[in-house]
Amino acid sequence: MKMSSCRHSGFQKLFLILTFFMLLGIPAVAAEPEAESTESKIDISGMIFGHIGDSYEWHFTNIGDTPIAIPLPVILYSKERGEWFTFSSSKVEEEDYQGFYIAEEGDYAGKIVERNASGEEVRPVDISLTKNAVALILNCIILTCIILSCARWYKGKEASTDSPKGFIGLMEMMISMVYNDIVKANIPVHVQRYAPYLLTAFFFIFLNNLIGLIPGSANITGNIAVTCVLAFCTFLMVNLFGNKEYWKEIFWADVPGPLKPIMAVIEFIGLFTKPVALAIRLFANIMAGHAAMLALFGVIFITSSMGALLGGVMTPLSLFFCIFLNLLELLVAFIQAYVFTMLSAVFIGLSQPSHHHAE
Amino acid sequence: MLSSILLEAVAYVGAAIGAGIVAVGAGIGLGKIGGSAMDAMARQPEAISKIQTPMIIIGALVEGVSLIGVVTCLLVVLMK
Repeated sequence: MKMSSCRHSGFQKLFLILTFFMLLGIPAVAAEPEAESTESKIDISGMIFGHIGDSYEWHFTNIGDTPIAIPLPVILYSKERGEWFTFSSSKVEEEDYQGFYIAEEGDYAGKIVERNASGEEVRPVDISLTKNAVALILNCIILTCIILSCARWYKGKEASTDSPKGFIGLMEMMISMVYNDIVKANIPVHVQRYAPYLLTAFFFIFLNNLIGLIPGSANITGNIAVTCVLAFCTFLMVNLFGNKEYWKEIFWADVPGPLKPIMAVIEFIGLFTKPVALAIRLFANIMAGHAAMLALFGVIFITSSMGALLGGVMTPLSLFFCIFLNLLELLVAFIQAYVFTMLSAVFIGLSQPSHHHAE
Repeated sequence: MLSSILLEAVAYVGAAIGAGIVAVGAGIGLGKIGGSAMDAMARQPEAISKIQTPMIIIGALVEGVSLIGVVTCLLVVLMK
């Protein structure tokens, strides 16, 4: 008897919540026809790529028609005019400034360009602090503060006298997890040489993934340039410190004679496909996650422009899936940092083969 | 005119079908890895930590190939 009433109230609650969300959706829809006359059509793909891409200003939202954005410095070297230009991105956002403007279309769409003597669009040397660059610097400062504050706790303390609590304890748990399960488990020798790089890579990717999930922040690990640099670091760590056995396995593998040149070619290509796969895996995972979340979010605006009822029904559904995807992305943020570090460790381990065990 | 519109439409359809096939392939691959790993873990619970690492590595490799497919489909849509 008690159970059935309990279940009944549960359904009632769910129903109430759903109705509440539907009612929430209706006023927004009722205001829609006025908005529709001013804005012709909702540009969902523009919205998605605006959010996951890079830009010259840090744009948060629009209140009415006023954008809420932080202007960032633009630093350009014009090859045409032979001088440096530094100005705020708010000057170039709407109109031309000193001959520079943001290209609408063409090869340089979305980038700052100028016109040369013959009237063609050319790119100046552009080292502007864009949204991604600023966010990258900010995140690096945050990461340094976190790690150094943890490191300071251990100063002047004897091992086995005191154990850290709270946040430092959490960090110790994660660091020892990465060190024992990833670094030590996959690299047989010279663990001390590689551990700093792998720990840095893990926490850099993990922190950037997490901060990228906060609405309004920049999508750093979903940028192919950032992941390419990370993969290039792994490439250097693998190949600069590979031992003699490793290079012998690549160019003179232990296979029957005629197969040797074929294996050498395959192994040589494999040198480069490994880091490329690392870069694409991280980039595509984070970018696809963000794009899927934003597309589900866009469903709210598309359906409410189609009609009040459809919008009212789809808004709570879309909200539910958005929250679900966001939680899934939390998991992906950890898994991708783990996988990148683990595969780097495996590749590094493969560059240190020792035949003592086999013989 | 018509043919260019048709070509664009075909590109979109191709990208959508490609994304679907990528999901099927990744599903089969990851399902097999996960299934065998679960079997192995159930049979030898004491070896879970030893099984997990190779499982994640192989899973990441399968996922990598499927993500390259996803990126290709995305490029088809974006480049038209």
